[in-house]
Amino acid sequence: MSVLTRRQRAEQLNDPDVANSLTREAWRRIRQNPLAIVGGTIIVFFVLIAVFAPVLAPFNPRSNAWFDQIRPTSIPGPSRDHWFGLDEGGRDELSRLIFGARASLMIGVLSLGIGAIAGAFFGLVAGAFGGWVDSLIMRLTDILLAVPSLLLALSVAAVIGQSQTAIVVAVAVPNIPLFARMLRSSMLGERQKDYVTSATSVGVRRRSLVMRHVVPNSLAPMLVQASLALSTAIIDAAALSFLGLGSADPGVPEWGRMLANTTRLLNVAPHLAIFPGVAILITALGFNLFGEAVREALDPKLRR
Amino acid sequence: MSEPLLVVDDLHVTFQIHGGRAVRAVDGVSFAVRAGETVGIVGESGSGKSVTALAILGLLPSRGVTTSGSILLNGQQLLGASEHDMQDVRGRRAAMVFQDPMTSLNPVLTVGRQLTETITRHLGVKRDAARDRAAELLDRVGIPEPRQRLKNYPHQLSGGMRQRVMIAIALASDPALIIADEPTTALDVTIQAQVLELLREVVRESNTALVMITHDLGVIAGICESVNVMYSGRIVESNERHHLFASPRHHYTRGLLASVPRLDGAQGRLVPIPGSPSDVIAWSEGCAFAPRCPAVSDACRGQAPELTISPDDDNNGTLRCVQPAPVGMPVWSGR
Amino acid sequence: MLEVRNLQVHFPIKKGLVFDRTVGAVRAVDGVDLTIPRSTTLGLVGESGCGKSTVGKAILRLVPLTAGTVTFDNLELSALQNEELRKARRHVQMIFQDPYASLNPRQNVESIITEPIRTHQLRTGAAVHQRVNELLDSVGLPRGAASRYPHEFSGGQRQRIGIARALAAEPDLIIADEPVSALDVSIQAQVINLLADLQEQLGLTYLLISHDLAVVRHISDTVAVMYLGAIVETAPAEALYTNPRHPYTLALLSAVPVPDPVVEDSRHRMVLQGDLPSPSNPPSGCRFHTRCVYAQSRCEQDRPVLRELAPGHQVACHFAEEIAVSISATRGGDVVL
Repeated sequence: MSVLTRRQRAEQLNDPDVANSLTREAWRRIRQNPLAIVGGTIIVFFVLIAVFAPVLAPFNPRSNAWFDQIRPTSIPGPSRDHWFGLDEGGRDELSRLIFGARASLMIGVLSLGIGAIAGAFFGLVAGAFGGWVDSLIMRLTDILLAVPSLLLALSVAAVIGQSQTAIVVAVAVPNIPLFARMLRSSMLGERQKDYVTSATSVGVRRRSLVMRHVVPNSLAPMLVQASLALSTAIIDAAALSFLGLGSADPGVPEWGRMLANTTRLLNVAPHLAIFPGVAILITALGFNLFGEAVREALDPKLRR
Repeated sequence: MSEPLLVVDDLHVTFQIHGGRAVRAVDGVSFAVRAGETVGIVGESGSGKSVTALAILGLLPSRGVTTSGSILLNGQQLLGASEHDMQDVRGRRAAMVFQDPMTSLNPVLTVGRQLTETITRHLGVKRDAARDRAAELLDRVGIPEPRQRLKNYPHQLSGGMRQRVMIAIALASDPALIIADEPTTALDVTIQAQVLELLREVVRESNTALVMITHDLGVIAGICESVNVMYSGRIVESNERHHLFASPRHHYTRGLLASVPRLDGAQGRLVPIPGSPSDVIAWSEGCAFAPRCPAVSDACRGQAPELTISPDDDNNGTLRCVQPAPVGMPVWSGR
Repeated sequence: MLEVRNLQVHFPIKKGLVFDRTVGAVRAVDGVDLTIPRSTTLGLVGESGCGKSTVGKAILRLVPLTAGTVTFDNLELSALQNEELRKARRHVQMIFQDPYASLNPRQNVESIITEPIRTHQLRTGAAVHQRVNELLDSVGLPRGAASRYPHEFSGGQRQRIGIARALAAEPDLIIADEPVSALDVSIQAQVINLLADLQEQLGLTYLLISHDLAVVRHISDTVAVMYLGAIVETAPAEALYTNPRHPYTLALLSAVPVPDPVVEDSRHRMVLQGDLPSPSNPPSGCRFHTRCVYAQSRCEQDRPVLRELAPGHQVACHFAEEIAVSISATRGGDVVL
């Protein structure tokens, strides 16, 4: 009878031929987390809708062919031809919602991506060089942080003009100092650790020290923040669009814009405001849940 | 022989960990402590010694932990007692001294405040009287200028002083039982000597029962009267200290003694125990130490060895081994 | 082979609201001389705050030296800069205390061990992989360990990985800073034996820094005792443990518990009073005088230097001879136990 030790049994749980890097283990934890499953499903659902929008949408979202059916006090609700009814401009609501997914996701992901990558770059430079470079970058981020983000958004829109690009910039820029500080402070913490000292004592060059040792271990808080910030970015983008900073054309299918167009119709056709609102909510929730799962997987205190 | 103050009988503590697995941290532990006696529990990581201590004082987490067995303090059942009852016991009749005084003392409260908190809770005295008593306690544990120290925060004191403060807090209401979990491991060796000396004094003066939990065999040899050796959740050998050290019978005990470097250099080459503490099999499948034991045989696998009273000595020593070393075989051949 | 002369490492204490003024210094290392002959082990012992770890780091230039020189086989390590220093690092390697923090959690074992090899171009091509296997063998790890990550190993195994990495640079001197303190008792012996075996096989020179006097006795040839930044006594291992002369050494040795109740019951305990003084404000004269039972007025004024009492046995105490006489009179044979 072969009796295994506790350690042998633990080793057998994982394939002995496949080494378990921290990334692989974190991914496994995420996969098994119900939050990730729910959040991930929501995200995948909306991504698929966004990607296949032209195929899925029954009509052209900008076509106002049914404008003749619109009356000041009544707007056709869901029917057999238009599953979600018509919007205030006589356009098919379902098609607009579907194409809205595309706009919202793209703006949200793009703006956060730009903000995070730019922020990471500055944080990396600050954390790697220290000294006056670090101080300079930190003072710049201080300035950026001091500007109220709404004011910043308005200024950007004033300079670039109302457009979706303005929204992307306006959401991306406030994220830059956040990610910069986060990466820099992680790096400062990791630099003190023994394994960095030991790599120094081995004689590893400064550049390898930073890129191979410090940075990979400093990314975890940023990853968590990025996944959680995605949901905020989507909401912020929708909010800015609602406020009118996005494209001036009211026909653009974008959830925030759709909300802006229909809040005055809450007495007449509340569903027109509710649909895009709920869509924003669920999308943001999906990213939030997934982000929570990422945080739990990467949080060292929760390990084992 | 007086009645034992603390009787732990067949204690089991099982943790449910992530993934549905159950870990038996303490797997059937029994021992007793009389008033004024110092009992040692020695073991390495994974032995379950700290969990035993936490179980006695009801400090285990409430979720994900199952316990069974009995812990009697002066006849009162502690295991499974309500939090309300345990709060009366903790600090009043039984107190604990932890390993790391930096994290076991609240960094945002002054030393005086932490002391008076315990004193007013358990002795019901007013603030000023409590402060007096606190200063007395600090003096008793050998802290110079006790009145000034009351106003200090933990980070302003050295490690040794902080540990003395911990002991003072433990002594605040004159408990009958003190459990010390690795109280000197984090301290420098000369400070350790001071703190151990203090504990000896306290035990002598107040006839307090002391349970000393440590991995350091030297500390055990110097302060404990009887010793329990724990491995993987069970006691594998227990005996009066002279007998244990002079003639250890369980191969784990022997292995420990052979692998620990001694100050008087009496060993020659160190003989390590092969493998590591995680190389264990479950007790239900045989002796947990079998994978690392030099004297393992077929009889060691299949079922757990029973705890037997050693027949060859008149000392109530117990042993959990089917192939023990014979009596009278010391680990070192002499100085 | 390693010569340290008058090593001083002071860390400035800065205060001030806007501009940092240097108001004092923590004299972590305050004048230390060491000599370690090739293929021997010097054990540097002391309690926390004595500066022994700082000595190790200073030799490796991991902290800046305030004064003093470190010479290694005629190469003045303390004077090297930049690229020269980086290249010279391969000759002096370090083993760290914490097996959990000293390995990059994102590098697998192979990558950890090959880093020194590639950094200093000691092997190329297929020979690198072969060298990794050799090193794993020499520290007693299975070859399959190469593809795994640090968190998959126990503390003792991680320490072996650290040792393999140190060996990969083919150093002449290894500084081991508390190499076994964080390990379980039964594992400590494995690593101690490994270090001793490697020294024999490879002719390595060790500077062993530890607070554990029993461990140090086990593999050191010479032992130096540090207190508050200075060496108070240094002697061949046997001599230090059987015939200590400095009062601090006496107290230290009498405080170490021995796993033997007969010894523990019969030994003389010299329990020191008080706590360690702050390294930023050390006592005048002999730094130990505030806790020394034999202190006289001279001790408060004159700082004693190391002087030789017996071949290889140096003590920094004004009254070492008198103390020795008084001890052997009261205790007879064994001084410490």
